Amino acid sequence: MTDLVLTPNIESADDFYAELLAAHEGLSKDESDAFNARLVLVLANHVGDRDVLSDALKAASGKG
Amino acid sequence: MFDDRYTLAYKRYPYKKSADQDAAAPVRHPVVVMGGGPIGVATALDLGRQGIPTLVLDDHEGVGMGSRAICFAKRCLEIAGRYGCGKPMVDKGVVWNLGKVFHKDDQVFEFNLLPEEGHEYPAFINMQQPYYESFQLDRFEELQKDGAPIEIRGKNRVDSVEVHDDHVTLQIMTPDGPYTLEADWLIGCDGASSPLRTMLDLDFTGKVFQDSFLIADIKMKNDDFPTERWFWFEPTHGSGASTLLHKQPDDVWRVDFQIGWDVDRKEEMKEENIRRRLDAFLGEAVEYDMVWSSIYTFQCKRMDNFRHGRVFFAGDAAHQVSPFGARGANSGMQDVDNLGWKLGMVMRGEAPESLLDTYNMERIHGADENILNSTRSTDFITPKSEMSRILRDAVLDLSEKHEFARPLVNSGRLSVPCTYDGSPLNSADALDGPARSRPGSVCPDVPMGDGYLLSELGDTFTLLTIDADAPDEIEESGVKVTRLALSTKDDKTGALKERYLGDTESAVYLIRPDQHVAARRPNFDDNLIRAAIRRAIGKE
Repeated sequence: MTDLVLTPNIESADDFYAELLAAHEGLSKDESDAFNARLVLVLANHVGDRDVLSDALKAASGKG
Repeated sequence: MFDDRYTLAYKRYPYKKSADQDAAAPVRHPVVVMGGGPIGVATALDLGRQGIPTLVLDDHEGVGMGSRAICFAKRCLEIAGRYGCGKPMVDKGVVWNLGKVFHKDDQVFEFNLLPEEGHEYPAFINMQQPYYESFQLDRFEELQKDGAPIEIRGKNRVDSVEVHDDHVTLQIMTPDGPYTLEADWLIGCDGASSPLRTMLDLDFTGKVFQDSFLIADIKMKNDDFPTERWFWFEPTHGSGASTLLHKQPDDVWRVDFQIGWDVDRKEEMKEENIRRRLDAFLGEAVEYDMVWSSIYTFQCKRMDNFRHGRVFFAGDAAHQVSPFGARGANSGMQDVDNLGWKLGMVMRGEAPESLLDTYNMERIHGADENILNSTRSTDFITPKSEMSRILRDAVLDLSEKHEFARPLVNSGRLSVPCTYDGSPLNSADALDGPARSRPGSVCPDVPMGDGYLLSELGDTFTLLTIDADAPDEIEESGVKVTRLALSTKDDKTGALKERYLGDTESAVYLIRPDQHVAARRPNFDDNLIRAAIRRAIGKE
């Protein structure tokens, strides 16, 4: 299995971040929260690997 | 009649009455530059070195007070280097590599910029703007002594202009009253609030950011403060919503406090109030003297066109960005670098007037890139919506532990020159070489013997050959192109191969007078290189 990648891995990180902000533009807070939830699920499905997902949950909680 | 808009740091060109003021008919000058700031004076250096008579008009008599643009990036220094005043700037400037990022008082991470080796000039220097301007004016006077036909007139304020098909008429006010001049070409380098732009009623559109920043330059009384850049997101010590600290020469430190939009400027500018912020931020134990302070707001705007017939705009007059990323003066210098050789060739009859439209194209491309980058930094530093703030804080939280989030932390991206991708002056890339030196790019520097490659390039067209044959000189459409022959055998550091060849064995580069690549291919081909030269001067 592969380990959770926690080193820089996004090409043109500034472009990505700008696109992420743009996706939220014009949404209410509720809509933005819902958007983020959907995004998490889409990305999690892409990752697939259960161990990696568990590690990602730990990293996000600050315990990883 | 002649109120100074600002105090001078150095009086450099006191008003002297010119014979033009008593002339019976308006005297015609080939080039008049409006504004004696860094961009206006650089324009005179560029054109003066080509022997083109250039007259700079400034409504003051020297260099304005205040550190203002304090970060000069490598490309700006390379351009100043081509003009002959880059070295004293580097000697005076402060170089820092270590940066620290704080969030709510805790250090989140630190970074070392580790600039790439093998360049004559550092990635950037910190230096008060008056020094930068003084070094350019020293060079200006040196060129004048060597016979360059350049002149700067203090307390010459342009009050109105009339643009004709083949010249511009200017009404100028002086302490001795008004006079009239004519110019074949007029270049407006008269700053962000450009009176020229207003006189011509031209658009300047974009975004105003609703925030103000308080700058305080302070001189430390003890010198054990480190030469590092510290950036605080939301410090809790009450000094500002974000705070930036970095060093300038003479033991002076720049502190930038983000203080919000609805502020009482007069109140905030009181020394006791500035000291209150500084003390909260530095701690009571640190002793300092105040050197200079100012409050500024900013906007990201540009003109729709940088050329209007016989009139050009350059620097802040043409485009304005947020200060994050040091893209103001640095991009203005690239405007000058771009316009200088084109105007020179058109004035000498070597290139069609349409070449001047590519100044507009290429520099608008540059301005848009700078506005995009500085807007992104601004959005990260001052999030505009709740979700934007949540995401920003998430990036900062994660960056403390996880390296992956650090590239997303954006407190200003280092100013790098833009690549003129898609410029009509470029020939199609015919070399399977490194992307960084593709047509449109500025040539990366390379160590060469005791010196550096860039000092051998520029001013004229150059044919750079690397392990490839070519004639020593080519003349095409009246333009002389000289060859600079290099070999990887002398490439001790491997930088030449890495930056210009990649996996290929040989290369021929056609390089413009502003050190940008116009064309490249693996070997010399007379027809194709001649076509590339014609293309690069707007003849194809």
